[in-house]
Amino acid sequence: MNSLGYLLAALTPYHIALALSGVVAGTVVGSLPGLTATMAVAVLIPITFSMEPASALILMGAIYTGAIYGGAYAAILLNTPGTPSAIATTFDGYPMAKRGDGDLAITLACIASVCGGLVGALFLLSLAPPLANVALAFGPVEYFWLAILGLTLISALSQGNLLKGMIGACFGLLLSCIGVAEISADVRLTFGSQTLLGGIEVVSALIGLYCIPVLIDLVATPDRHLKVEEASRGFRLQEALRISLRSKFNLARSSVIGTLVGILPGAGGSIAGLVAYSEARRSSKQQERFGRGASEGVQATEAANNATVGGGFIPTLVLGIPGTPPDAVILGALLIQGVRTGPNLFTEHGSIVYVFIWGLLLATVLMLPAGLLIGRYAYRSIVTVPKAMLVPTVAFMTLIGTYSIRNSVSDVVIMTILGVLGWILGRFGFSASPIVLGLILGSIAEQGFVQGWIIGAAADDLWGQFFGRPISLGIVAFILLSLFSPLLLSRLRLKRELARAD
Amino acid sequence: MIHTIKRSFVTALIAALAAVATVASAEYPEKPISYVIPFGPGGESDITARHQQPFFKKKFGQDLVISYKPGGGGAVGWSQLNDMPGDGYSIMGVNLPHIIVKPLQKDVGFKTDELATIYMFHYTPDAVVVAADSQFKTLQDIIDHAKNNPGKITFSGSGKGTANHLAQVTFDKLAEIKTTYVAFKGTGASVTALLGNQVMGQWGYTSVGAKHAGKVRLLAVAMEQRHPRFPDVPTFKELGFDIVSGAYRGIAVPNSTPEDIRAKLSSMIGQINDDPDFKQKMENDGFALVNVDHQGMKAFMDEKAQAYVSAAKEAGVIK
Repeated sequence: MNSLGYLLAALTPYHIALALSGVVAGTVVGSLPGLTATMAVAVLIPITFSMEPASALILMGAIYTGAIYGGAYAAILLNTPGTPSAIATTFDGYPMAKRGDGDLAITLACIASVCGGLVGALFLLSLAPPLANVALAFGPVEYFWLAILGLTLISALSQGNLLKGMIGACFGLLLSCIGVAEISADVRLTFGSQTLLGGIEVVSALIGLYCIPVLIDLVATPDRHLKVEEASRGFRLQEALRISLRSKFNLARSSVIGTLVGILPGAGGSIAGLVAYSEARRSSKQQERFGRGASEGVQATEAANNATVGGGFIPTLVLGIPGTPPDAVILGALLIQGVRTGPNLFTEHGSIVYVFIWGLLLATVLMLPAGLLIGRYAYRSIVTVPKAMLVPTVAFMTLIGTYSIRNSVSDVVIMTILGVLGWILGRFGFSASPIVLGLILGSIAEQGFVQGWIIGAAADDLWGQFFGRPISLGIVAFILLSLFSPLLLSRLRLKRELARAD
Repeated sequence: MIHTIKRSFVTALIAALAAVATVASAEYPEKPISYVIPFGPGGESDITARHQQPFFKKKFGQDLVISYKPGGGGAVGWSQLNDMPGDGYSIMGVNLPHIIVKPLQKDVGFKTDELATIYMFHYTPDAVVVAADSQFKTLQDIIDHAKNNPGKITFSGSGKGTANHLAQVTFDKLAEIKTTYVAFKGTGASVTALLGNQVMGQWGYTSVGAKHAGKVRLLAVAMEQRHPRFPDVPTFKELGFDIVSGAYRGIAVPNSTPEDIRAKLSSMIGQINDDPDFKQKMENDGFALVNVDHQGMKAFMDEKAQAYVSAAKEAGVIK
């Protein structure tokens, strides 16, 4: 069958219905804090038993991509990343919503998500087998350096407050050590408490640190939650399209970053979004606008995190190594169906893989109308609902959402405590992002370091292990650039000003 | 008089309740059963439970509803198992050596004896895995290389104090060699390290050979007999090393579950294991079925505990 044949096989009414319902369901699930793409896909597995493998994949892929986009709603309207992928969406999305541009931010996020999703899926369609090798080229040391690169972003994210940013990050790193350690199987920092045994779950920490302070502030201040424009302005689609067209390079770069990071099994959507965000900021001429409602920030993150969907499928389908947690579930579902992943999947089972990829592209395109409509509804309901309704509803959702992540009451307790702590720290000028970055990146860095050290020590070449591998050196160069570029730039500026003064 | 009436009433009530209970257990299961996996979705514990799901529905007419309670390497789920209702409608996956080794390391909220395991339905045998283009063609190649270069051979594996790790420790001891074990988060990450040439070999499972066929080579499997899926791969026993090990998976119930329900559930899981179609599917994925039922559990656990505990001590995982 040629590619046109696969396309036609993907475009049956049945598949269109699956893709559309998948995207809609995914968007709704993703928009609720705590309900993640992984969970949505896992719930579906029994349904997919009776389906053709390609159809099952289309449904699961559609849900997945919808959920990643849906995470933007809560990030923009409630300052709560619905999934870790949407952390960087809050940086500029929430300030935009605060000043009354929440509708614009959601439409921009939708367009960016569709762009990112398309780019990721096109890479999957055209270059999957060679790109899968990226997943293998990254060893423990590369992940260690990647996590350190992520930590240096804190310096960019906490402008003028570097010390507080660093303190927050260290606190996050400490939090990441709690519980049974992944690698050494030690039980650490639990103080004998069963509650802490499972460690701090990232999504529940996100909900606590980001959402609870917003809720407390809502109750503590008399203002409305978000600024409301009385006149209906529709989707602001034309305006959004204009902005998107203007930042096409940003969208393209972020989509490629998202695809590449998505291929790395140890990284994930949160890192993709953060790297794309900081690259957008670095290359912008107006860096000071970032963090205060710059539309480019929202676009970069949303394009990148939806590109991880296609990117993550690359190692999943080619190597049988899941690129992201939802991919692991999808891989399991395929195994039960008797489909073996691997390079032959593309040559021998083209009718499954290519029909699925076209289906994923179809679902991504359908996300534009579906996402705009649902987004508008979400925006209107959050903006117009009176506070007395909004706060209890969201509070209830955070509890349910947190519980459902691991069916664990401990996570709810931890979420609530972190929430109150986050609010108090916020009053002293500590923001949530460095803490969360420390929490997410701490375990990646620790695992990479320990594994790299053991392998290096066995080979009697620790130095070469950490500083002798080309990809590592590339990442180290980025780290230095990210650490010292603000310093160099400001010195350069100072010199120029001095020269002008003379 | 009143007393007697009262007493007979109570007796009747008890009799009635007992009757209801018998009827209920006779019809068990009459509603969906919640099957909790104490790990995240997508892992082998999930996949093997998912394999059971359709067969359970077909044979017994009720759904097995799978949910996840991950955390602490399974400890979070197991520490809560006995708080669940013991009516036969809440069951949980259990894994060896986890439930033996973990409670000996630290207080993890449960003890091995407190878990009422009613069936062990399969195990994923340990295996030495190398990349298809590796210089090591046989297990002897590895032993020879390790003898000349003590500590230089690196093996990836899933976690510490796990089946992979304990097998590595046991093998090193039996073969009188020294190799380096690098723990990764799960089998997926450990295979990735192998395929990316970050390590020289992997202490993995037969399932790795099935999932990544063509890209990896199994050098030996820790089974009594060769795995039907890999007839050319020798067992450790054939090569002179007494290692039969792997990650065993079974099902436990809350310890308040009545005896008759335990027995019934145990026989149900056994019936699924007897289904040729189920057997075929599991073996294709590289798993090996075992049948340790409710009755034989204590002897099996005692025997395994002995082997695991001594290996874990050797590995320094427990004191």
